Amino acid sequence: MTTLNPRTPAKLFAGTGLMLAAGSALADYTWNFPKPVTPIGRDTLSMHNQFMVIITVLFVVVFAIMVYSMIKHRKSNGAAPARFSGPAGALQWFWVLVPFGILLFIDFVLMGIPAFHAVIDMEDTRTKADMVLKVTGLQWKWKYEYPDSGIQFVSTLATPREQIEGKEAKGEHYLLEVDNEVVLPVGKKVRILLTSTDVIHTWWVPQFGVKRDAIPGFLRETWVRIEEPGVYRGQCAELCGKDHGFMPVVVRAVPEAEYAAWVDKKKAEMAAAAAGGEKTWTKDELIAAGKAAYEKNCAACHQPEGQGLPPAFPALAGSKIVNGPLLSPEGKLIPDSHVDRVMNGKTGTAMQAFKATLSDADIAAIITYERNSFGNTKGDMIQPAQIKALR
Amino acid sequence: MNTATHTLDHHDGHGQHPTGLLRWLTTTNHKDIGTMYLTFSLLMFFVGGAMILAVRAELFQPGLQLMKPEFFNQLIGVHALVMIFAALMPAATGFANWMIPLMIGAPDMALPRLNNWGFWLLPPAAMLLTMPFVLALFGIGDGAVATGWTLYAPLSVQGGIGVDFAIFSIHILGISSIMGSINIIATILNMRAPGMTLMKMPLFCWGWLVTAVLLIITLPVLAGGVTMLLTDRHFDTHFFNAAGGGDPILFQHLFWFFGHPEVYILLLPVWGLMPHVLSTFTRKPIYGHTAQVWSFIAIGVLGLIVWAHHFLTAGLPVPALLYFMYSTMSISLPLAVLFFCWIATMWRGAMSFETPMLFAVGFIVLFGIAGLTGLVLADVAADAQYHHSYFVVAHFHYALFAGGIMGVMTGVYYWLPKWTGHMYSEKLGKLHFWLTVISFNFTFMPQFFLGLAGMPRRIPDYALQFAEFNAISTVGAFALGLSQLIFAYNVWRCVKGGEKASDKVWEGTSGLEWELSSPPPHHSWDIQPVIKTP
Repeated sequence: MTTLNPRTPAKLFAGTGLMLAAGSALADYTWNFPKPVTPIGRDTLSMHNQFMVIITVLFVVVFAIMVYSMIKHRKSNGAAPARFSGPAGALQWFWVLVPFGILLFIDFVLMGIPAFHAVIDMEDTRTKADMVLKVTGLQWKWKYEYPDSGIQFVSTLATPREQIEGKEAKGEHYLLEVDNEVVLPVGKKVRILLTSTDVIHTWWVPQFGVKRDAIPGFLRETWVRIEEPGVYRGQCAELCGKDHGFMPVVVRAVPEAEYAAWVDKKKAEMAAAAAGGEKTWTKDELIAAGKAAYEKNCAACHQPEGQGLPPAFPALAGSKIVNGPLLSPEGKLIPDSHVDRVMNGKTGTAMQAFKATLSDADIAAIITYERNSFGNTKGDMIQPAQIKALR
Repeated sequence: MNTATHTLDHHDGHGQHPTGLLRWLTTTNHKDIGTMYLTFSLLMFFVGGAMILAVRAELFQPGLQLMKPEFFNQLIGVHALVMIFAALMPAATGFANWMIPLMIGAPDMALPRLNNWGFWLLPPAAMLLTMPFVLALFGIGDGAVATGWTLYAPLSVQGGIGVDFAIFSIHILGISSIMGSINIIATILNMRAPGMTLMKMPLFCWGWLVTAVLLIITLPVLAGGVTMLLTDRHFDTHFFNAAGGGDPILFQHLFWFFGHPEVYILLLPVWGLMPHVLSTFTRKPIYGHTAQVWSFIAIGVLGLIVWAHHFLTAGLPVPALLYFMYSTMSISLPLAVLFFCWIATMWRGAMSFETPMLFAVGFIVLFGIAGLTGLVLADVAADAQYHHSYFVVAHFHYALFAGGIMGVMTGVYYWLPKWTGHMYSEKLGKLHFWLTVISFNFTFMPQFFLGLAGMPRRIPDYALQFAEFNAISTVGAFALGLSQLIFAYNVWRCVKGGEKASDKVWEGTSGLEWELSSPPPHHSWDIQPVIKTP
């Protein structure tokens, strides 16, 4: 197979561009897909390279003919216009049909056959899958679940607000870094199931050659077999609202033994977190934990000082709901109350049901924090055990 | 009543037509209405352009500098809706109004009052679309539609009042387009000069005939889709909500059943006018008239059955993936026939390169890039990488800016002397062409590489490895935007005065429209011309 580098024709142009853009020295130039690390990714890249060669040849040949004509058949050259307006005779018809035949061949044989195999391969998620990863898109973070080991966690952007607003220098992985990376074993076929709790998101890691929509209420699937250890970064690719540009995907691929160790560590962490749900917390503990959890999960919409971004994202400071009663006298959930909103969300808005993603301790801490901050002075608190009972 | 007297009275009546503003509000004259469409289009072209320059300014560097992500999302979506519905489509309708009656020897459009209504629906629709921006300034609502022009549910179910405004705007624009289409079909089918059989009809009219049919088939589906969205938003229906038995992907099917033909709706009028321009400036007959007619029809039909290639990553079943891949690839065949005919028209002609010809050649080359990248995009596996990325953004701007807008500019330069009776400035026209082509490529070529490198579209901020190409693209975009001021000035200058244009305008023209004076009288072809069989 010809693997003429499709970068070449662009280099001249890009050279000029670089001169224009001098000043930013963070050059890591890619003229093509980033290095693929899965069979699908490699397949896609080689197909893409092949197609680029085909269309470049088509472009050059067709427009060489046109340019030749533009130079040769000019009025200023004294050319006299011909009068023909269509093919005449068998020979001309033959020459008219040749390009048509060539294109048919390119479409359905040269491009069509490899494309067929690639599709079949890409969609074969089930054959010999070693493990399953479930990915849930939420506005604006990803939740990952490992059904085999019961591990689950939420992964959010780790880039500090100050970097985005230009108050601090931007780090190396600006916008492509998260608090909890997905860890996957190298060399294993991972079947990835995707869904969403609110709007459509798209899970994309360019080096995997995989991109699939996460659709609320449905499961979609794809697969990866990562061949090299490393950290692979991608982003949500479907416009999903305000912070669409700020929900990265970071996958760390590790050798199998290391993966097993990670699974054990993660299980221990989860057990510790569950224990946090059992014990009785003091109000100060809850408020301190709540502030951290609020800033991670709530502040993007309701803002760090609780002022919100009305009308889409209501203020919590002075909010009727936050300052309303906590639970009914019998200790039951009051519909449309503060606890109900945080746990079950509000349909048709970006307010999601946090009971799906946050631990009992986190929910209790956030609610307690919100009721005792931003000028709200309810003074009451809720224990993780109470949240657990309400689930 | 005596018919002769009636005719006479009728003609005398024209002297008493209202003047000033009332003339434009009440006119049923196809030339006046055509002028209004084109003026509206030019205005909205600058409105949509200003929006995207704000976006490009934000994207000049990584980090959020100028605007919040919410506002960024509003700008990108409204930019697209304005450019498609308020700039490109009205421009093509303006061409149709002006040129179809002249080309087929008809005195006016078949339904002149409908014509007036069709136009006057546009300004309120454009106002509805942009009004939420203004309302937000007064604290009402949270701004315009922020879902991108595709309005995908459930994001659009979640959105603010901007979505409702966009839905009603789309309804009105749709009604306007359908009325325009009915008028064009009625005119073409009923009012051609004796002797002008359908197959002898000029290609521009053919391009528009297919466009009008596509509009009538697809717009009701879009209107239905957005109405379902409206009821999902306000009346608790669950068309697009899985919890209620609906399906978010259903919206994408409905939207793109309109959305893909829409691409050809925007391009067919341009493909129709291109052969006229090429033939004029090569001084040679159009090559393959019949083949081009059948290609238009084939593209129209294929365009209706390939919609799902706009969401190949949504998880369609394998047979559907294969079907939409191969059917999409097959569009390259009739499109290749058009390219072949364009180049064969040029072959062995006697070419000269006035501004319309420059734009035509620029169109063919750059639209060629759109066609070829489109062929690659059809491939499902590779599409998984290109989709939702800047590669797609670059691809469709090669199709819709280089194909659509540069095509419209070809037509404007080509017909402006006929419309106004004056020649535009050739010097400014050529300057406009070269600045446009160079800055266009500076804007959009880097976006192909951004997409390949992995930059998703519709993000207000990006990782550092995308910084250089974004900076180049922004510089290019501002140059491109500013170059268009030359165009506006050139048009204005030509309307005001300038060298007198001859009736034929260009040496190589042929067709009925060039037999009329420049500018044509307010009422032309009162006596139908007869096309003689050669």
